[in-house]
Amino acid sequence: MTTITDPPRQSFQLSMLLNDTRYRSFTFQAIALILLIVAIAYLASNLARNLEQAGLNISYEFLRNPAGYDINQTLIPYDSQSSNLQAAWVGILNTLLVAFLACITATVLGVVAGVLRLSNNWLVSKLMSFYVEIFRNIPVLIWIIIIFTIMTAVLPAPRAFRGDEPAASMLFGSFAFTNRGIYIPGPQLANPLFAATALNWVLVLLVLVGSSFGSRALSRWATAKQEATGLRPTTWYWTLAIWFVPVVVLLAIMGLSWEYPALKGFNFSGGIKIGGPLIALWFALSVYTGAFIAENVRAGIQAISKGQTEAAASLGLRPGRVMNLVVLPQALRVIIPPLISQYLNITKNSSLAIAVGYADITATLGGITLNQTGRAIECVLLLMLFYLTISLAISFVMNIYNNAVKLKER
Amino acid sequence: MKKSVFLGALTVAGLAAAAAAAGTVDDVKARGKLNCGVTTGLVGFAAPDANGEWNGFDVAVCRGVAAAVLGDPAAVEFVPTTGKTRFTALASGEIDMLARNTTWTFSRDVDLKFTFVGVNYYDGQGFMVPKDLGVSSAKELDGATVCIQTGTTTELNLADFFRSNNISYEPVPIETNAEAQQQYLAGACDVYTTDASGLAATRATFEDPAAHVLLPEIISKEPLGPLVRHGDNEWGDVVRWTLNALITAEELGVTSANIGEMAAGTNNPEINRLLGTEGTLGEMLGLDAEWAKRAIMAGGNYGEIFAKNIGEDTPIGLARGLNAQWTEGGLLYSPPFR
Ligand SMILES: N[C@@H](CCC(=O)N[C@@H](CS)C(=O)NCC(=O)O)C(=O)O
Repeated sequence: MTTITDPPRQSFQLSMLLNDTRYRSFTFQAIALILLIVAIAYLASNLARNLEQAGLNISYEFLRNPAGYDINQTLIPYDSQSSNLQAAWVGILNTLLVAFLACITATVLGVVAGVLRLSNNWLVSKLMSFYVEIFRNIPVLIWIIIIFTIMTAVLPAPRAFRGDEPAASMLFGSFAFTNRGIYIPGPQLANPLFAATALNWVLVLLVLVGSSFGSRALSRWATAKQEATGLRPTTWYWTLAIWFVPVVVLLAIMGLSWEYPALKGFNFSGGIKIGGPLIALWFALSVYTGAFIAENVRAGIQAISKGQTEAAASLGLRPGRVMNLVVLPQALRVIIPPLISQYLNITKNSSLAIAVGYADITATLGGITLNQTGRAIECVLLLMLFYLTISLAISFVMNIYNNAVKLKER
Repeated sequence: MKKSVFLGALTVAGLAAAAAAAGTVDDVKARGKLNCGVTTGLVGFAAPDANGEWNGFDVAVCRGVAAAVLGDPAAVEFVPTTGKTRFTALASGEIDMLARNTTWTFSRDVDLKFTFVGVNYYDGQGFMVPKDLGVSSAKELDGATVCIQTGTTTELNLADFFRSNNISYEPVPIETNAEAQQQYLAGACDVYTTDASGLAATRATFEDPAAHVLLPEIISKEPLGPLVRHGDNEWGDVVRWTLNALITAEELGVTSANIGEMAAGTNNPEINRLLGTEGTLGEMLGLDAEWAKRAIMAGGNYGEIFAKNIGEDTPIGLARGLNAQWTEGGLLYSPPFR
């Protein structure tokens, strides 16, 4: 019989905080934390004292006062008598709009360019390297300004569309490309089901979501059938019907028609206006970030061992399907994490909007409101809070997606 | 990352407010240079010439103050500011004074806490349109696209004007006059609106100034003047009385041409007090006796400065109008030197 005796328990001594590796890291972390808190407290009290000396105070009262200025792109009702808070909301929605659009186009552009850069076709792959290197190595602010300047200089002013012999004319009579923006036909509902226009479109969206569930169910059914009988039933016309019939019927009930832009007075009116600043910002953010995403995609693809491609090819899959069915799904695991930070970059870079007069949150709350009210610290704190929240939200959503596609270990 | 941004903001705000404490006269003397905030470039008011030398109506005020305090009209560091950055620059102490066609308003004085020391140009907001647009009144501008400089009173007046006339417009916010000019000329906006003096100055630089007209409406009062921070009254006095010295010199007929002779003593006691041969005004201000003489010699009296930079013989061609001496039916009225 053996007895295992515990080693004699050493009593805790203060010096162990430094000498014992078990405690040392805690000691240093605690010291760092205390220093950080002291530093923040010092700066905060310094700020408070100096503000008091200058006779200023921190107050968010100004958010309720009328803003007094107009904004050229408002997704929600706004006029110059609306509050500064409402102006901030207008800015937030504009930021989200351009960030959302740019994320989508940058991803499409990046995936295409990244895949093509690995193409065996010399010309195509060189063209793509050229794109990546040009766009990645010039600051995005410069791209925004270049695109905006070219747009205002090259496209005709609305004035040019006027007269009997106009210098410019609309494309197909329904699209107008001007140096103030692009005007396209907009949908109009003759007998909407809800008084609030937005609600009608939400309904359309819901129907589309329903259709997508329907078509998913159909394809599951087809797969089950295929597994049971070895033959996949032809379903494409059913899929088409599921997607289109409900929406078309709904829109017909609501009396959809198209409103065409027309020159009226100084500007075009009617239809939808996509403003020049939005286009410049959207386009610049897309091509710039697209170049980075292309590199992420290339890295992801090259991380997949060549054996996978060869094995797939030897099964008789064509190169396109090898890419879509075998390589890209595996590459996603490598691509997603850096893609998250590219999306964050797009959102943060959208704050360069002010360079072209796009009314994002930095331009409204952090620009005009800040300047007209003089509430710099308050506005900057709010801005930081906004960007932090948005960035964390994007990371959160993308991490969920990342967990869904990452290697499942069973 | 976020935390460091936060700390940075706190530090900047903390340090900035610290720098704003009193004693500007001594700071300027110790530095040997006056930091003066001006526009990023508005010919006639403040713009660097081909040699990089700043010139203009607002610049002359900076030079006058530098001459009075430091004895050298060239001892000025000009800091270009936009409509948006100017107040932060002044509040943070980056500049000692701002002379950038800035409108004296209630909230800038009371809420932003700046002291406007006077008015060097009585102005109002106007509109400029291309002649071939065929517009003859601002009330016909319904639906127009309007270029404005952001961070200005102009922006707010514009919203008020269109609102009270029940017409709509689309604003194009722009940071500097140069950009606004470029957008306007490219036809990205139909109208450019800012202070009428600024419009005249901008139009004078166009290739074909005659192709653009200023509309008759003046939609606001824009008293433009130099300003300093609240809380340093000695410094405020120096800038205020330098400006008043330039105005009084014109009223009393003291010019850069005859100042040498007048400084020898005249039989008008006010001229003598102004030029320091009588009384102790300079001493009261914390400067020497000849401060005002130097300020006037820097660029001439108010009238000379006006005529040289923006007057009727320059391409800008502004008439004195409201900016004539009160004795000539204008609004310029300096308190007495006594
Ligand atoms: N007086 C107005 C407007 C001042 C302003 O921005 N003026 C323009 C044109 S008159 C200017 O000086 N621009 C020169 C620049 O862009 O730096 C104010 O104080 O808000």
